[in-house]
Amino acid sequence: MRKKSSADFGLDEDKVVESSAMLEGPSGVSPDALSHYYETQLRRIWRRFLQHRLAVAGGCVVIVLLLTAVLADIVSPHDPLALDTKLRFIPPLSNPQFILGTDEMGRDLLSRLLHGGRISLVVGMAAMFATIVTGLAIGVIAGFYGGRVDSILMRFTDTVLCFPQVFLLLVLAAFITPTVVSIALIIGFTSWMEVARIIRAQIQYVKEQEFVQAAFALGASGRRIMLRELLPNAISPVLVSATLNVANAVLMESYISFLGYGIQPPLASWGNMLTNAQSYFDLAPWLAIFPGVMITLTVMSFNFLGDGLRDALDPRVGM
Amino acid sequence: MFQFILKRLVQAVPLLIGVSIIGFAMMHLAPGGPLAVYTLNPTITAQDIARIKQVFGLDQPMYIQYFKWAYGMFTGNWGNTFFGGRPVLDVIMERVPATFILMGSGMSLAIIIGMLIGILGAVKRYSVFDYLATTGAMVALSFPTFWFGLMTIFLFSLKLGWLPSGGMFTLGGDEGILDLLMHLILPAVVLALVLVAQWSRYTRSSFLEVINQDYIRTARSKGLTGRRILLRHAFPNALAPLVTLAGIQLPWLFSGALVTETIFGWPGMGRLFVDALTMKEYPVLMGMIMITAIAVIIGNLLADVINAMIDPRLRLEK
Repeated sequence: MRKKSSADFGLDEDKVVESSAMLEGPSGVSPDALSHYYETQLRRIWRRFLQHRLAVAGGCVVIVLLLTAVLADIVSPHDPLALDTKLRFIPPLSNPQFILGTDEMGRDLLSRLLHGGRISLVVGMAAMFATIVTGLAIGVIAGFYGGRVDSILMRFTDTVLCFPQVFLLLVLAAFITPTVVSIALIIGFTSWMEVARIIRAQIQYVKEQEFVQAAFALGASGRRIMLRELLPNAISPVLVSATLNVANAVLMESYISFLGYGIQPPLASWGNMLTNAQSYFDLAPWLAIFPGVMITLTVMSFNFLGDGLRDALDPRVGM
Repeated sequence: MFQFILKRLVQAVPLLIGVSIIGFAMMHLAPGGPLAVYTLNPTITAQDIARIKQVFGLDQPMYIQYFKWAYGMFTGNWGNTFFGGRPVLDVIMERVPATFILMGSGMSLAIIIGMLIGILGAVKRYSVFDYLATTGAMVALSFPTFWFGLMTIFLFSLKLGWLPSGGMFTLGGDEGILDLLMHLILPAVVLALVLVAQWSRYTRSSFLEVINQDYIRTARSKGLTGRRILLRHAFPNALAPLVTLAGIQLPWLFSGALVTETIFGWPGMGRLFVDALTMKEYPVLMGMIMITAIAVIIGNLLADVINAMIDPRLRLEK
């Protein structure tokens, strides 16, 4: 019913040739030459990645964001939950103690952004993990077994795709007790479909390759072929999907937290920091600006990183 | 053509069944199940609950309950709201026009602007414009819709005072078309932002694919002008994937409309959904989930049929 996306930056002929050589790999060469071959492959991928300047920038921002999330307790100037009603609505850059100002309860905005970022990134990463595991399982099984298993799993995938994700998320979030883990899980369980489709296509392609046929001929078990032969060859699309999925998960977390069904206050996430911001627009616009900038920056960085990885690893993915 | 439509309709049936099973399962996942609202009421005893269960047939086996529920869905009996006891279908249907106006205008904006950017980008590939457009699309895709909405309200309503900050009409106004348009501009633009990005990306790659084909080269060697080639030769062939895109975008469009309507207080389906969520109106929530999923199935079906009308080859495809 649907066609795969073909939205992408221009493909170069030489890249396609390069990548198909990479996928098939050399046959009948010594292990030494083989390790040399893969080393040059990695170097080539790295070089191609470096050419994608926005992806490199995205990668750097992601590293900085992850560092600040890990070190949030150390780098935060204040306790993100410390209230002080005498210090409400201090504008940014007016008080050296509160560089980004304070919110409606006198909490330091910078500290809350750092800790909120930690929550948003943890949810994003965990949701990505749930997405990839579910998508991988369904994609590999459907692609490997084919036939009836494939058509049942794919019909199921099509069915879940019919539901608008935010609607599903909000209903599920209203049913459960919202915690970091449960929010991550429901985001994962509502966004695995694209991954399953990509992996299935990749598995179907790899399955027909000679080395897999050889494994079949040697009598290897289905599980062994799936785990040892097929899965390693799906790493490139998985890596790309994983990166892009963090972006989507961070976005989804912000949507449902903003609407009040995600991460619950007083715990800060970038999404729920914006919940009340609309009420204080006139008084304190910075409360609405900074968390949104952080969400956009994070999502953008992961998107650019994923895009660059796709170009570097295998230009044909996403065609 | 008739056969093609029939075949596609038959193919949509398993999807509909799947959607209904998931919807039914979710209703029973709700805390307290379909009777949650009664268990919350302290004046209702356990015996009352048992009696209500019997009346509603909730003591029967799951599959019988499912068939009864599915039959009700099919015949338009979607149950009543917990508060007020109005038919769920009526409550949802009265919100459809507002959402339709918002989604329709957002989508039209996105298609026009997105396609223009995409075609220009494909024709002037690797130019500064192309680079800015592809990068800009990526940036736009990263914007949280609700935050972009907040920022437009902040700038255009609060600071500049050019446009109203929410609602569909001015309170106590004449509810005229001009008033509606003024209220529509911000939410439609906010909803369109992500869609523009998607349309420009898809249009660009779809055109690039077509432009490199032999018959375009033939047209060029015949000495036709660039514009004529673009409009008469490339455009119809580049259109098919874009029609498909319109179908694929529907789920996102609903999600985007939900967020946009919440920010702007637009009285549509998304707003109803969020309100139903706070009131724990499970029948309305389930009805909304079902109606959006069915709309998506129909949308994709329509996209397929339109594609088959554009491209006769597709009609023969299995």
